[in-house]
Amino acid sequence: MAIPLIYNVRSIQGRFSSTLVALLSIAGVIAVLVATMAMAKGFKKTLVASGSSQNAIVLRGGATSEMESSLELEQIKIIGDDPRVARDSSGRPMISAEVVVIASLPLRATGTDANVQIRGVSQNAFVIRDTVKLLKGRFFTPGLAEIVVGKYAHETYRGFDLDKTIHFGGIDWTIVGILDAGGSAFDSESWCDANVLNQAYKRPENLFQSMTARLISPESLKSLKDALNTDPRLTVTIKSEIDYYADQSVMVSTLINVLGFLVAGAMGIGAIFGALNTMYSAVSTRNREIATLRAIGFRERDVVISFLLESLLIAFLGGLLGSLIILPINGYTASTINWQTFSHMSFAFAITPDILIQGILFSLLLGFFGGLFPAIRAAHTPIAPALRGL
Amino acid sequence: MKFLPLLLANIGRKKMRTILTVGSYAVALFLFGLLGVIDMSFNQGLEVAGVDRLIVRNKTSLIMPLPIAYKERLSQIKDVKDVTFASWFGGVYQEPKNFFAQFAIDVDTYRAMYPEFEIPEDQWDAFVRDRQGCIVGRKTLDRFGWKIGDRIPIQATIYRGLWEFNICGVYEARREADDTTQFWFHFNYLNERTPFIKDYVGWYTVRVHNPDKAAEVTKTIDERFANSSFETTTETEKAFMAGFVKQFGNIKLIILIVGSVVMFTLLLITGSNMSLSIRERTNEIAILKAMGFGPTHILTLILAESIGYAVIGGFLGLSVCKLFTLGGDPTNGLLPVFFLDNKTVILGIGITFMVGLISGFIPALIAMRLNIVRALRSI
Repeated sequence: MAIPLIYNVRSIQGRFSSTLVALLSIAGVIAVLVATMAMAKGFKKTLVASGSSQNAIVLRGGATSEMESSLELEQIKIIGDDPRVARDSSGRPMISAEVVVIASLPLRATGTDANVQIRGVSQNAFVIRDTVKLLKGRFFTPGLAEIVVGKYAHETYRGFDLDKTIHFGGIDWTIVGILDAGGSAFDSESWCDANVLNQAYKRPENLFQSMTARLISPESLKSLKDALNTDPRLTVTIKSEIDYYADQSVMVSTLINVLGFLVAGAMGIGAIFGALNTMYSAVSTRNREIATLRAIGFRERDVVISFLLESLLIAFLGGLLGSLIILPINGYTASTINWQTFSHMSFAFAITPDILIQGILFSLLLGFFGGLFPAIRAAHTPIAPALRGL
Repeated sequence: MKFLPLLLANIGRKKMRTILTVGSYAVALFLFGLLGVIDMSFNQGLEVAGVDRLIVRNKTSLIMPLPIAYKERLSQIKDVKDVTFASWFGGVYQEPKNFFAQFAIDVDTYRAMYPEFEIPEDQWDAFVRDRQGCIVGRKTLDRFGWKIGDRIPIQATIYRGLWEFNICGVYEARREADDTTQFWFHFNYLNERTPFIKDYVGWYTVRVHNPDKAAEVTKTIDERFANSSFETTTETEKAFMAGFVKQFGNIKLIILIVGSVVMFTLLLITGSNMSLSIRERTNEIAILKAMGFGPTHILTLILAESIGYAVIGGFLGLSVCKLFTLGGDPTNGLLPVFFLDNKTVILGIGITFMVGLISGFIPALIAMRLNIVRALRSI
């Protein structure tokens, strides 16, 4: 017969202070684990949110990011004529030929330069990327040195305010609008006319880096891909926008995850030591109690289960506490350089249910390893000498 | 010294608690070492930056090139001693996750600019003679199991096509903080194969005669090229690297804050363990005092035990950390500099010593002032 759980609850209450040390150390581990996972998740989510399943991005064959790619206008026209590319109300293909460059501009916080991603787009860009909305001001006028900045870029860089002028690429740009891209990577970018940007950066006319196309349906990507791959006039790579942006997050999210798990792993071992200490001293101070339980007929197995449950309970409470403490970090905006795009990007921490579940599971794991050996020792307590100790 | 057996007996009395206490210290110090390593790798060799070297890049951003003709113009500027240049290649070996930096270098001047990288003379000569030759850093060579003489295919990303290079030599560094993951090849090879962007380089490195003149030279260079089609931004190598470090932004700060807070919590737990274990021994200490041990003896004994746990644990933790870093960068090339430096080790040992001292001090003081009669009565 199992020992009632209330026995464990009462004994936790009875030894509150030593339990608290174990509980807090587990809470700390879980808080750090959840925070790092939320950071990696948030970074990835920000990039993935930039893509739409109905959009496809075309790069030069073999290029892995827009920065490395180049496409000529003729190629873009060929692809735009494909029937799988959606048309707007006036019958023109919904495509945006884009130029992506970097400008070094000072951060508001430190005054040192950081790499802002500048995207030269076609007029259709705002129609294709329907998640990008205007927060303030207006869109840029094609042909003029006007620029609209993402809301994070507005917060991050010096002088990125409405109606101000910024200088890069040898010309002065007037900021005419601020964008809200729903927390995606576009919020860290600034958009202007692709042709003007090409001139400013002394790039050849009609040479772009990528092309984004709205497809008639997400399913048409595959047949479009086959068509482009077999077209002898083209050497291009086409990807769903979502896949493309997910790939751009691999390096940084790997970095965060590996370092985060290393730190949390080391802390986890520390927390197991803390739990072991608590449980061993719990066992040794309760020698007589355990002997009494055995004497009135509970079996060894019952004692092991009971102590394990107690340890798991402490760990669970610790995991819960740790998750609760760290919950407010959800939505906190941080920023870092993304090596794959070589530009600075802001992102928000994202605590998702699966991260919380993983955190709680990890806390239970800590509780299991911290409680197993003390529980076995408790079960092996010799009955007679322990009782004699009364 | 004659009290050593007593000390050892005390340490061995509750083996499990000893193991756990020492283990907690070890974990805390492992973590401390790890944070030091992470901090160091995010700093990207900031400490080893040459004080007499300046980096000249395109004012708009590093991805924009500068004309090769600037080499001559830069070397004519007053107080400039040497000039070299390089370009970022950004190729992929087999698959994108095998990341390492490839630079197309000016063979005539690059080696003299970076004397911290050591290459045997015969290997360098072979490299100079082979237009498709390359020099690889020790870490990258070992990582992929390459040997001198191997032919390495690299898929270009910014440029086009598959490029093949012959490994002519390997460079090593005297200091651990130097990056030995780079891959160098002939700028001329790049320049010939990419006619559409011929005669442009990524950035220049300039050495000044006297580091005190660096600020002045920086200004002169940028003024010289102001209002040209290729304006420049010149910074000391250190400022250039610090710019990258700052761009990592708060990620580094977050890791460090979180880790430090937790490390101190761990140390506090171990400290409270120590005082608990000494409080349990009140009776024994009373007996020692009754036998005639003086207060200083008691104090020393307990402090030595407490510091003993701490230092053994700390040493263990840092050793494991050292072993761990010897295994190399766990992120597959994203952190070229990944090692435990002596400063962190010394600081770590210092911190454990202090925690051992502090956590043992109060219990030791209580034990020292113990009233013998009252303590013995409670047996």
